[in-house]
Amino acid sequence: MKCEDVSNNLIAYLDMRMDSVERREVEEHLANCAACRARAEEFRGVSNLLGEMPAIEPSFGFDARVRQRVAAEPHRTWFQWLIPQPRLALAAVLLIALTVWVERLPQTTTGTLAPNIATASSEQDFNAIKDLGVLENYDVVTKMDALSELVPANEQPTQKPEPSQTESND
Amino acid sequence: MARSDVQLMLDVKAGDDASFDFLLVKYRSPLVNFLYRMVRDTATAEDLAQEVFLRVYRARKQYTPSAKFTTWLFRIATNVALNSVRDNRYQKMEVSLDAPVSSEEASAPRELPAREMRIDEHLLERDRVAFIQRAIASLPEKQRAAVLLHKYEEMDYAEIAKILDCTEAALKSLLFRAYENLRLQLAPLVTQPAPQRAGERRPS
Repeated sequence: MKCEDVSNNLIAYLDMRMDSVERREVEEHLANCAACRARAEEFRGVSNLLGEMPAIEPSFGFDARVRQRVAAEPHRTWFQWLIPQPRLALAAVLLIALTVWVERLPQTTTGTLAPNIATASSEQDFNAIKDLGVLENYDVVTKMDALSELVPANEQPTQKPEPSQTESND
Repeated sequence: MARSDVQLMLDVKAGDDASFDFLLVKYRSPLVNFLYRMVRDTATAEDLAQEVFLRVYRARKQYTPSAKFTTWLFRIATNVALNSVRDNRYQKMEVSLDAPVSSEEASAPRELPAREMRIDEHLLERDRVAFIQRAIASLPEKQRAAVLLHKYEEMDYAEIAKILDCTEAALKSLLFRAYENLRLQLAPLVTQPAPQRAGERRPS
C-alpha cells in the first residue's frame, strides 16, 4: 500500500471501520513509514479533540415552537379527505373520459368527415363540368397528347382557343 | 413493539401527527447539535432545526422510504445549514473597524472572523472548547459537514456520501482534507493531552 492509499484510508483505520485484510496492509505500511505513522498519531489527536466538544440541548420552548409552526401549516379540507390522492383521482377521471370518447369515436368520425368527403366530390364534379366544353370538342381531345408535348401542363387552358382557330382557318 | 423511523414517517404521511411528535423528540437534539456545530450560533441552529422539521412535515406526502430516515433528515439539514452558511458568509466577513462599539464590547478585544488563526491567538485562547469550535468553523462547509456527520452522528461512509451527494471515494478524500486542515488548526492542542474527566472513555 502506498502513502496516498494509506492517507485516504487513515480515518477509516483509526475508526476501526476497515476489514482485517485492509487493516493489516495499513499497519504494515505504518510500521515502515515514519511520516504516515506521525500523521496517523496526529489524526488520532484531532479525533480525540473533536470528542471533547460537549453537546448542547435545545431550549425549553423548542418543541412547542415546532408544534406551533406545524399546526399553522395548511391541513386537508373535507374534499381532500374524501379523495386522499387528488392526482390519482384526476388521472382516473381523465381515463374514464378518454374511454367514453374512444367508444363514441366511430360515430363521431362518420359525422364529421362526411361533409368533407361531400365537398371534395362536389369540387371534382364542378371541375368536370367546367372542362366539359373542352372535352366535348373532338379536335381538342384528339390533339390533347400533341398539345401536352408542346406546352407545360399548367398552361393548357390558355391553349384552348388554338384548335378552334385552326378549325376556322380550315 | 417500537416503530422504526421509516414507519413513523409513513404514519405521518398517512395523517398521524402524533408520529411526527415522536420523530421531533427523537431527533431534535442531534439536529440542533449538528446545526450548532455548522453555524456556531445557538439561536440560528434552533431556527434552522425548526425549519428542517417543518420541511420534513411539508414533504410528508411525497415521502418514500427509499433510504434510511436519518439519511433523508440529515440531507435536508445539511442543505439548510449550507444555505444558511453561504447566505451569511459575506455578512459575517464584513466587520467595520469604524463602527460604534457598545460598552460591553469595548472591554473585550474585537474578534475578527479570519479563516486562518494566528499562533498568538491560539495561545491566548483560554477556552479549549471554543478553540476546537473555531477550528471546525474554519473548515470549508462541505468538509465541516462531513466531519460532523462522521464524528458526532457516527454515520457510515455510505450514508454520509448519500447526504453530501458524492461517492464514498470522494468522501474519504474530503475527510482526509478536513483532518489535514484540523491537524494544522489544532496543532497547539494536538500535542497537549486533554484533562481526563472521571468516568470518561477516550475515543479510539
